[in-house]
Amino acid sequence: MKPIKKFTGKIAPLPINDIDTDQIIPARFLKTTDKQGLGKQAFFDWRYEADGSDKADFVLNQPQYQEASVLIAGNNFGCGSSREHAPWALQGMGWQAVVSTEFADIFRSNSLKNGLLPIIVDEETQAQLISLAEEDPETLVTIDLESQTLHLPDGRKVKFPIDSFSKECLLKGVDQLGYLLDLEADITAYEESNTKRVNTHG
Amino acid sequence: MTQAKTLFEKVWNKHIVKPETDTTPAVLYIDLHLVHEVTSPQAFTVLRERGLKVRRPDQTLGTMDHSTPTTPRNAQGIIPILDSMAVKQLDIFTQNCNDFGIPMYSLGTENQGIVHVIGPEQGFTQPGMTIVCGDSHTSTHGAFGALAFGIGTSEVAHVLSTQTLLQYKPKTMAVTVDGQLAAGVTAKDIILAVIAKIGIGGGTGHVFEYRGSAIRSLNMEGRMTVCNMSIEGGARAGMVAPDDITIEYVSGRPYAPKGDAWDDAVAAWRQLPSDEGATYDQEIVLDANMLPPMITYGTNPGMGMMIDSAVPDPMDFADVNERMALDKALTYMGLQPNQPLLGKKIDVVFLGSCTNSRISDLRLAAKMIDGRKVSDDVRMMVVPGSQLVKKQAEAEGLHEIFKAAGAEWREAGCSMCIAMNGDQLSPGQYAVSTSNRNFEGRQGKGGRTFLASPLTAVASAVNGVVSDPREMQMPEMA
Repeated sequence: MKPIKKFTGKIAPLPINDIDTDQIIPARFLKTTDKQGLGKQAFFDWRYEADGSDKADFVLNQPQYQEASVLIAGNNFGCGSSREHAPWALQGMGWQAVVSTEFADIFRSNSLKNGLLPIIVDEETQAQLISLAEEDPETLVTIDLESQTLHLPDGRKVKFPIDSFSKECLLKGVDQLGYLLDLEADITAYEESNTKRVNTHG
Repeated sequence: MTQAKTLFEKVWNKHIVKPETDTTPAVLYIDLHLVHEVTSPQAFTVLRERGLKVRRPDQTLGTMDHSTPTTPRNAQGIIPILDSMAVKQLDIFTQNCNDFGIPMYSLGTENQGIVHVIGPEQGFTQPGMTIVCGDSHTSTHGAFGALAFGIGTSEVAHVLSTQTLLQYKPKTMAVTVDGQLAAGVTAKDIILAVIAKIGIGGGTGHVFEYRGSAIRSLNMEGRMTVCNMSIEGGARAGMVAPDDITIEYVSGRPYAPKGDAWDDAVAAWRQLPSDEGATYDQEIVLDANMLPPMITYGTNPGMGMMIDSAVPDPMDFADVNERMALDKALTYMGLQPNQPLLGKKIDVVFLGSCTNSRISDLRLAAKMIDGRKVSDDVRMMVVPGSQLVKKQAEAEGLHEIFKAAGAEWREAGCSMCIAMNGDQLSPGQYAVSTSNRNFEGRQGKGGRTFLASPLTAVASAVNGVVSDPREMQMPEMA
């Protein structure tokens, strides 16, 4: 993974509440055994006509949002299934961050492990960003992970929460598995002092 | 005096390998890891790329369920798979389980089935355990007083290679349901009512503990139905404290402890229920006595209502986002504000999924449909949750009852709950479904889902329209 410290990007509005993972990537695309190539299938049923052409009225198909990298969503983004294909698909479509007032637990956890930043803001900031995106698609925002701030064009810096462990991993560009692998001795000690509860080998 | 603890806290504390610090989450030991073909391939790729082994193949179990067809067997007794991508995914899954020494139930074999049906069925699922799977309905196993939750594929790799997970301690919510369910009202109606009350994000960051006399009165399969849909209220896990019903259910199952180990296990399980005076971060209460059958009208499981009420009107919502969300949902569903759902014509009835495909669900539905006919305009699919459920149902003659009524009797799997295996709605079709999600396109692109109980499903199949099971002469409840 590449380290993430600070980036600036254009914003696009998707002001719909409770966008579930079946909308982010429909289940029929989960027969892949790869992480790559899912960008085309993100928001598939909202994005394409039956003949495969773009739906003109889907906001993210509009030309002014094609370079956007920060998605401003409605409340409770990413509810539903545990599929990590959701952040893979969003990243494949070009998103580096999603802004909402709340994220579903598993989606947020999956996103942080892949470097897709789930940025939690208050409703006022969310509404301001949606207006900005709709009124001026050239609007740029900066996300500074080190200081955990989202910089708005009016100079306001909005603090966002992120757990310190995920933050460190993202800043360094390391995945979380390495940390667990280093705990081999602790894990063995746990196993030796606790009765095994089930044996699938019979 | 030690502090009073909840069921969740007791299970959590027992599994801490390394406690949470200011800079790191807790490291939690996982007793049982269930894997299936859809969310595991990229995790095995991580292991191969880094030269890692599966740390505890003896605490890991695989089954095929999501992308497998449920069409009847051919003359050779084989379930044909027509989708080449599914074939490839299943082949890779088989290869991964073989290479890493993980026992796996392949399509059509004796013990194969939906991952959340087979765990309890085989006795792998036991009170006090930590159980994870790359599937959000892993919350099902919480019915036994286990801490069980869905994980992403990166976390599947974590558990495969270290048998641990990095976790921050969630908050707790007591969901207390007291009273006695009326005839025609089931566990499914309890959980649909809970979700309608708190909303689809209401439990985010929490683990539910279901308590109260109505929960205690449910059999294990009813408790599984309730815990299964915890995630639809935003909670990663839902739990029920183990009691005599739990212990009776686990006893004698193939992988349950035996002999002295059984006595020790039961003694430990008896200590798990929340202590008197234990506190929760939140609490909600539901009166089972007043509960009617529930049904969803919208495009998330939180959009549910009493079956004899009318679809809400977006104009009644003050919040503009809620108004827009409801308006969008009703447009997709082809419904009008203030419209009753009773009498709404339907095309398909799906009885199955990890929510409602166990033997008690099938028994109840068979009893209700016995001597009746599925409406000519309705396709009814009955999909048992596992091969063993199917075998048991056939031994009891339930399949003949369903077939005589005009329903399809199919092979075990996730089927139309996830519509990635050939079983799906056509655009515009309406289904009454016993599954767990009514998201846009969930049961097939353009398909429209009303989530309900097995009894509501049967009543609706017979009448060809959304129907109140209380209006149909009821079988005697077990």
